Amino acid sequence: MTKTIQTVGVCGAAGTMGAGIAIVAARAGFRTIAFDKSPEGLSRAAQNTAAFFDKSVQRGKMDTRMRDQILARLSATSEIDALSDCDLVIEAVFEDIGVKKQLLAELDAVCSPETIFASNTSTLSITEIASGSTRPERVVGMHFCLPAQLMKLVEMTPGILTDPGVFATAWNWTEQSGQRPVRTQDKPGFILNALLVPFNNDAIRAVEAGVASADDIDRAIKVALGYKMGPLELIDLIGLDTQIRLCEAFYPTTLDPRASAPPLLRRMVAAGLLGRKSGRGFFEYENSAMFGA
Amino acid sequence: MKYFVQENPQSRSFPGGDPFLAGASARNEADVLVITGDAACPQDTKFSAVLVELDLECLGARTGEGDGEEGSNVVGFARYRNGNEPPSSLIELVRQKNTAAGAIEAAKAVLQAAGFSVSVCTDQPGRIIDRLVRPKYNVALRFLDEGLASRADIDLTCQLGLGYPDGPIERVIRGGLGRHYDIAQALFETYGNPGFAPARRSVVAKQRREN
Ligand SMILES: NC(=O)c1ccc[n+]([C@@H]2O[C@H](COP(=O)([O-])OP(=O)(O)OC[C@H]3O[C@@H](n4cnc5c(N)ncnc54)[C@H](O)[C@@H]3O)[C@@H](O)[C@H]2O)c1
Repeated sequence: MTKTIQTVGVCGAAGTMGAGIAIVAARAGFRTIAFDKSPEGLSRAAQNTAAFFDKSVQRGKMDTRMRDQILARLSATSEIDALSDCDLVIEAVFEDIGVKKQLLAELDAVCSPETIFASNTSTLSITEIASGSTRPERVVGMHFCLPAQLMKLVEMTPGILTDPGVFATAWNWTEQSGQRPVRTQDKPGFILNALLVPFNNDAIRAVEAGVASADDIDRAIKVALGYKMGPLELIDLIGLDTQIRLCEAFYPTTLDPRASAPPLLRRMVAAGLLGRKSGRGFFEYENSAMFGA
Repeated sequence: MKYFVQENPQSRSFPGGDPFLAGASARNEADVLVITGDAACPQDTKFSAVLVELDLECLGARTGEGDGEEGSNVVGFARYRNGNEPPSSLIELVRQKNTAAGAIEAAKAVLQAAGFSVSVCTDQPGRIIDRLVRPKYNVALRFLDEGLASRADIDLTCQLGLGYPDGPIERVIRGGLGRHYDIAQALFETYGNPGFAPARRSVVAKQRREN
């Protein structure tokens, strides 16, 4: 039995991912409620969202009427009760199992029994997050890529107890939103991060082992394999501190030595070399401007 | 800067008919000697650099090694190639600790003038590319065995999520699972890191004597 989804709630909608996911939902025609516990964050996100759609108008991707319709579908709130009408709630709050389980428990009290819950977690288990809900059969994984408003890929994951019908409804919604879902199992890092995090660590270890300079490594990878970005440039963009956090999420559960944080990474973070955002990581940057529109 | 090529038709970097071969000068005019294939490595100080082609072996296997202070005008090279697909425009140059700086500069100058991108690395198995991609291919092949996702979705995830031109599984298959086995096994023997241990699908390909 598939139910049509009309109203979508996004939790953590003032954050990097949540703001992008709210754009995806509203742009695809769904009434979208942006929920975050930070009201200041929400007004900042609302400004950025309006600017994003202004740019879409400037670039001829939509007219002003369409922009206004999208923005009219989007509302913001710091009250969780405002999510009571949602058919689908996507959470993109802090990557912390306690925070996510607690949020699901609060949503249980607010949302109807029909509501589907989706988690944008990158590193946690969908089944474990779902254990925070009294309705684990209604919880799915829905992992968007950064920046969500531009990237089509969504890794979708059923937990052990997820109802196949719920998963199918969530999958259809993702497709209706113009995204491209891929189905994965509930394993650490799904596909993308399970491949990427150890690969990036290997690149750091190659620098540490004196194989080649960061510049030589990135050039080699880009030219030989046609990747748009070299791994070390990418780590600078992700943030070296974030890379450590990813390692600390994966290594204890997988015990894969490639997933453990390389000593050089820890030394660089200790020295304040966090990548683009601090002006220096494996490369130096003149400004810390982030990408995306 | 001019180069002379001592040609070996089995070369993986410059197979017969490669434009780089046509751009070579006469031996007595050349600054750089390029030896392709698995030929002996001469000591010839008349040249600014002697480039010897490497496959899976270290440069030390061709020059001999001492007490960690080795190095001369001999520079190793390998043009990256995914199995028997056409070679890429990347050349990995391999140096030893005391390789003459002038030899590396001369090698770079000749190769860059011929349109190649050059990355310099030290003499470690797998150089840059294989050291980084082989563990990733192993994991992707294991994911396929374990049913994490379909082949198409694993590859598509890398294309859409990371902007790769192709996915790891289609790429390793195109390059040959038997070839992947040979490279990964050589790395595993040296480093002992389980990430290099050849994935089951490549073991099967090797047993079936596939490329
Ligand atoms: N940043 C990325 O590249 C990326 C990519 C894919 C997935 N993710 C995942 O997305 C999620 C969010 O990551 P982010 O980088 O956007 O984080 P962020 O810190 O930018 O945003 C998190 C937001 O959640 C809000 N929040 C926290 N607890 C809340 C609660 N209980 N109720 C309501 N709002 C709450 C915060 O105020 C903040 O605005 C994480 O699960 C992360 O793993 C991140």
